[in-house]
Amino acid sequence: MNANEKADTNAHWPAIRFTVNGESRTVNVPPMKRLLDVLREDLHLTGTKEGCGEGECGSCSVRMNDELVNSCLVPVLQAEGAEIQTVEGLALEGELDPLQEAFLQNGGAQCGICTPGMLMAAAQLLAHRPHPSETEIREGLAGNLCRCTGFTRIVASVAAAARSTESNPAMEPELEQTHHAR
Amino acid sequence: MNTHATTRIVGAPVPRKEGVDKLVGRACYVDDMKREGMWYGATVRSTIPRGLIRSIAFDRRIEWSEFTVVTAADIPGENIIQLIVADQPCLADGKVNHCEEPILLLAHPDKHKLREALGGVKIEYDALPPVFTIEESEQQDQIVWGADNLLKSFLLEKGDVDSAWAGAGHIVEGEYRTGAQEHLYIENQGIIAEYSAEDGVTVWGSLQCPYYVFKALRGVFDLPDEKVRVIQTETGGAFGGKEDYPSILASHAALLAKKSGHPVKMVYDRMEDLAATTKRHPARVRHRTALDKDGKLLAIEIHLDTDGGAYATLSSTVLSRATLHSTGPYLCPNVRVRAQSWATNHVPYGAFRGFGAPQAVFAMERHMDEIAATLDMDPVELRRKNFLHDGDTNATEQLMREPIILDKLLDRALQASAYHAKCAQFARENELNPIKRGMGIAAFYHGSGFTGSGELYLNSLAGVDVTPESKVRVLVSNTEFGQGTNTILTQIASEALGIEYSDVTMAAPDTDMVPNSGPTVASRTSMVVGRLIERACLQLISRLREQAGLGATHTREEFLAACERYRVAHGEVSSMCRYEAPPDIYWDDQKYHGEAYGAYAWAIYVAQVAVDTVTYSAEVENFWAVQEVGRVLHPVLAAGQIEGGIAQGIGYALYEKVVLDGGRMTNNQMTNYIMPTAEDVPPIHVYFEEVPFRYGGFGAKGLGELPHDGPAPAILNAIRDATGVSFNSIPLLPEDLYAGLAASHPVEEPALP
Repeated sequence: MNANEKADTNAHWPAIRFTVNGESRTVNVPPMKRLLDVLREDLHLTGTKEGCGEGECGSCSVRMNDELVNSCLVPVLQAEGAEIQTVEGLALEGELDPLQEAFLQNGGAQCGICTPGMLMAAAQLLAHRPHPSETEIREGLAGNLCRCTGFTRIVASVAAAARSTESNPAMEPELEQTHHAR
Repeated sequence: MNTHATTRIVGAPVPRKEGVDKLVGRACYVDDMKREGMWYGATVRSTIPRGLIRSIAFDRRIEWSEFTVVTAADIPGENIIQLIVADQPCLADGKVNHCEEPILLLAHPDKHKLREALGGVKIEYDALPPVFTIEESEQQDQIVWGADNLLKSFLLEKGDVDSAWAGAGHIVEGEYRTGAQEHLYIENQGIIAEYSAEDGVTVWGSLQCPYYVFKALRGVFDLPDEKVRVIQTETGGAFGGKEDYPSILASHAALLAKKSGHPVKMVYDRMEDLAATTKRHPARVRHRTALDKDGKLLAIEIHLDTDGGAYATLSSTVLSRATLHSTGPYLCPNVRVRAQSWATNHVPYGAFRGFGAPQAVFAMERHMDEIAATLDMDPVELRRKNFLHDGDTNATEQLMREPIILDKLLDRALQASAYHAKCAQFARENELNPIKRGMGIAAFYHGSGFTGSGELYLNSLAGVDVTPESKVRVLVSNTEFGQGTNTILTQIASEALGIEYSDVTMAAPDTDMVPNSGPTVASRTSMVVGRLIERACLQLISRLREQAGLGATHTREEFLAACERYRVAHGEVSSMCRYEAPPDIYWDDQKYHGEAYGAYAWAIYVAQVAVDTVTYSAEVENFWAVQEVGRVLHPVLAAGQIEGGIAQGIGYALYEKVVLDGGRMTNNQMTNYIMPTAEDVPPIHVYFEEVPFRYGGFGAKGLGELPHDGPAPAILNAIRDATGVSFNSIPLLPEDLYAGLAASHPVEEPALP
């Protein structure tokens, strides 16, 4: 269905270089183009979703240089040299990572449209707070709206993922680790 | 009957069928799709609530030859969106009846140019006086719809209400109001359409009911069935908001596709989606209740009125469900409900989870607490005294044949929430504390499936087949939009066929591939469609036993081998079943009398709320939800439905206000239409009692809508318990709390912490 799209690249735009999910990427696009649109249209990474276009819903959340950002509010020029992680970067080897597995087992995803952004917010939280309290989880996810779950099972999923990493050093949710080159 | 049998897959927390796709970002929503040569579409909308279109002018600075422009004159069939009443045009033709009414459509290969062009279409109107409230509409000074502004009315009568007042020990009256509510699915409405002379119209989109869209397209394009095809894409939330509106958007995209000769994508942005699409009906409900001196209900009289907006859409069926839920789960010998839906010049209201019941239940359950206060009774005991029991009849004189366990639900809710202990504790603490806490309760039921004879009219067809690759497929038009359709229907099929969950998949939700098993609405999928799939599977097993040598017990390999033998002998392996009503069902559509619903789900909800008398914010601190929904097919999905519905109900009660000014929504952004976040939703404790329903899929009843009915009254009852002040209108925002509390204590300054 995602037929060969003519990428919105044009030599007269300056090249902007950054890393996405560990891969170096270069785009020639208008510098004020939203990072969200560059990811979806130019790099065909459609896992990142648009919900509101004004930074309220968090569906377009990605991790950029170890910060959680709303990619609908980031002009791509700000991504020059950045390391970016999207939902596609979580299961790089085709295996669900512990966070995704916890969402699957605990009912953290219903309609799925907020899920990629929610996973990014949760990954960011766990990178800095490997064993968060429930209050910290709720704070960490407060910028991401979910209309289906009432958040209960998302909070439970994040808590379960945190527990699962206690005995699993392979999933150290540090940005450097998930950004390994392929 | 399998409802009591031990099951392997039904009742187990199997992984969501499409869960992995959603978690890795691979699930394909409509905005993730592209078609070769695709253009984009946009809508020019009315800027006034009511008037005649005098002229349409196009700014000469725009190169219009690059655009495709569609007006009502381009519609090949009838300029009507087929739903219930044929009143809503696909595109306004000469007059407009609400702000944001679609007038003209544009398509262009570049979506940025499209945005500029929208501002280059200038429409002039001769304005007519608009109607914006139920009160203005019922006065009938301006007739904006039909002969009398009345979209629909119902009269439900039981016993003799008029004779009941004279002998009553108490008469309690009250008026309750509920506001509009936006679905706020996180994925906006979107459709991609293609058109060709050979194949006709094909649309892909975010939608609940493929065959509703199919019917609408057939009418707008005047095409035979074989030239209309509707395919649901992964759908990012719906809640009723994608029941009827996608018929309009699909028609628009398809008109642009036909005229432009290109596939056309139309995806609304958030502001357009909020301003132009349906919302929950605002309602005004007036109660007058007679009780004996001990608090037994003698008579209930209700006047229930809704604002339906400019066109009929689903207002009649929403009103029907409101009518049938308005008296709650109580026994009352004399009932009269007069329900009316009024036309206004608002954007048409539509389906939203609960479908009229949340409005009606809010009024009834808030009123029960007012009755308790008037009679100086415990609100819990007032309810218990009046509960329906097995063998009673409800307001439509439907005999309650199935077991009713309301007392058990109530006991469990009281115990789990430590209700009475907390009431006493808060009463002690509140006096000295600027934060006043309270406990509130709501008792309610929700009918599963279409009302009355609705399921018979739907005449749903569903089944299973087995492909030559040994894939077992569930064939339904019921759609997944988060609630778990894919998972529960494949659980039911794999259980009934005696094979593994992983052996069964869903056939694509594509009208070329699946039969019409009815819309995905009305909490009907588990109970009604689930039962069809269960029957179809049992029918297939018995055929394989009779005609393909399948033994009395079988392994999955033996089942698949028998399917292959059957295929060799008969061609294809499939088994379809059509809906059959349970026996002894009687319903009178004129008198609103008889079996209103095949089954009811029952619930007791308890809210603990804190009201800050310094900031005037109200916060739900804890929530308990005890319900009986028949057999629970999937414990994680079922609890997820309850929790999500409660969060929406908390929003309905305390946060979500649709601000209308001159017929337009003025807070049509997520910045200022506020839904609860992870920090606003309290711990929600969910409990199920299971009473399997004989005619539901593996004993299931409906549960999807139930949880939206109870939170708002439970929360406002808790606020009354906390503050002693009755609030009878939602949403209840801090400014409303301030006004109410200030009015009740005019001389007191709020206590300082």
